Amino acid sequence: MSAPLLTVEDLNVSFPGRGGITRAVRNASFTLGRERLGIVGESGSGKSTTGRALLGLISHPGVVTAKTMRFGSDDLLACTESDWQQLRGRRMSMVMQDPKYSLNPVRKIGQQIGETCRLHLGSSRKDAEQRTLAMLEAVKIRNPDMVYHLYPHQLSGGMGQRAMIAMMLVAEPDFLIADEPTSALDVTVQNEVLRILDDLVRDRGMGLIFISHNLTIVSSFCDRVLIMYGGKIVEECAAKDLHKARHPYTRALIAAAPSLDVQRAELATVTRDPEWLL
Amino acid sequence: MITVKDLSVTFQNSGRSIHAVRGVSFDVAPGETFGIVGESGSGKSTVLKAIAGIIASSSSALEVDGRSAAKRRSREERRLMQFVFQDPYASLHPRQTVDDILREPLIIHGIANLDEKVSAAIADVGLSPQHRFRYPHQLSGGQRQRVAIARALILRPPILLLDEPTSALDVSVQAEILNLLSKLRRSYSLTSILVSHDLGVVAHLCNRIAIMQLGRVVEVVRAGDLRVGAVSQAYTRELIAASRGFTRAVT
Repeated sequence: MSAPLLTVEDLNVSFPGRGGITRAVRNASFTLGRERLGIVGESGSGKSTTGRALLGLISHPGVVTAKTMRFGSDDLLACTESDWQQLRGRRMSMVMQDPKYSLNPVRKIGQQIGETCRLHLGSSRKDAEQRTLAMLEAVKIRNPDMVYHLYPHQLSGGMGQRAMIAMMLVAEPDFLIADEPTSALDVTVQNEVLRILDDLVRDRGMGLIFISHNLTIVSSFCDRVLIMYGGKIVEECAAKDLHKARHPYTRALIAAAPSLDVQRAELATVTRDPEWLL
Repeated sequence: MITVKDLSVTFQNSGRSIHAVRGVSFDVAPGETFGIVGESGSGKSTVLKAIAGIIASSSSALEVDGRSAAKRRSREERRLMQFVFQDPYASLHPRQTVDDILREPLIIHGIANLDEKVSAAIADVGLSPQHRFRYPHQLSGGQRQRVAIARALILRPPILLLDEPTSALDVSVQAEILNLLSKLRRSYSLTSILVSHDLGVVAHLCNRIAIMQLGRVVEVVRAGDLRVGAVSQAYTRELIAASRGFTRAVT
């Protein structure tokens, strides 16, 4: 692999609060090439916070520090708010969990996607419309002309999530973060949406960070996986070797999930060891 | 224990009729755990609510413990079955302490020895006495779901209806709640119906499973058959394949 797209060294995110400082991410280091990198963990493990920090979306009073945070030739640590505006949407973007909350409910789908083109690519109204329709087709929406004129509430969950992906990819970013992009969807729809994401990432040679709590999806979809616990990356492994994971937390997580293949009288529960956080 | 025959539920929405459940039939034997799986909108939760009598339904027979449950139910009949809902954040009153929450069903049904029963119910679901006077916001998601289970079981119902009891929880917490449910099921020989979208969860907990799609039961299979894929319908096969994870088409 050539030089990585993204290099992160010793990333820390903390939030001051009444009870002292909460360290949401602790000394996380990783790199991302043009590949699918999964981040798994339970609620509060810092996986989404890591994603948000990479996009400069941690707002006051949260504090982000790192030794290195590089994206291509840009030093993300030195970015000003206007630098971020140039990067976000154009060169990096993020698909969130629930299309119901991340699409603007009072604007038509087509207008929302077109806005990205006009803002980041300087497209004319006509060009934006063409790009939007082409993108809707690329995310396998059967009837782009109709969907262009619909409002978000008129779409199903799966269609809404496709529209979100279209909006994020229309400016052709180099790097995409998908934060639980399929958790709100039914299993059969889930796989269709993953397939679309997979094709687009491969065809456009993008780097993808895929955040999820679902070990089955991550191990079958990603190339590499980071397992986070309490803000720390406790283990990194190839996705296909996840079942051979060594860290006791990863092993416990795998054992705790009821599986279709193995019948167990009782599920293993996770006994947390304070040493994991040291 | 539970007999459902030709159950249908229709909702009226701005002049249109929506058939949420169409002619569903099944039996649940005493002590059995019956699972219902399906995707959103398949009518699985609606079936459960119709059995509980929370929503109106029509059927040729709806019997619970040998008695018809299709008419208006007496307090005694309602005590036979209790419900645990999906979201422990939404199903507990935010301004009531755990103690208030557990006391209410006892008061409604005129049961004595409140104090003793409440503390026994708290111990039963693996909470400690210190949780008794806490409010829901002071508890974690798993602890709240334990309170919801305690509330359902405090009346000692023979039947427990579970609507996605673990889908709002993390895997490690889900494992604890599922273990708790199997333990309680054994100690109180409960008959239960579990609705879930997760095939792993139903196969783990249930004896037989109904697969629903668009308001109909596609088929009813034994948990063992579901595990080995010995199913007859294409839709069931599709669900099984999808829940085993993403498959990249070989090109």
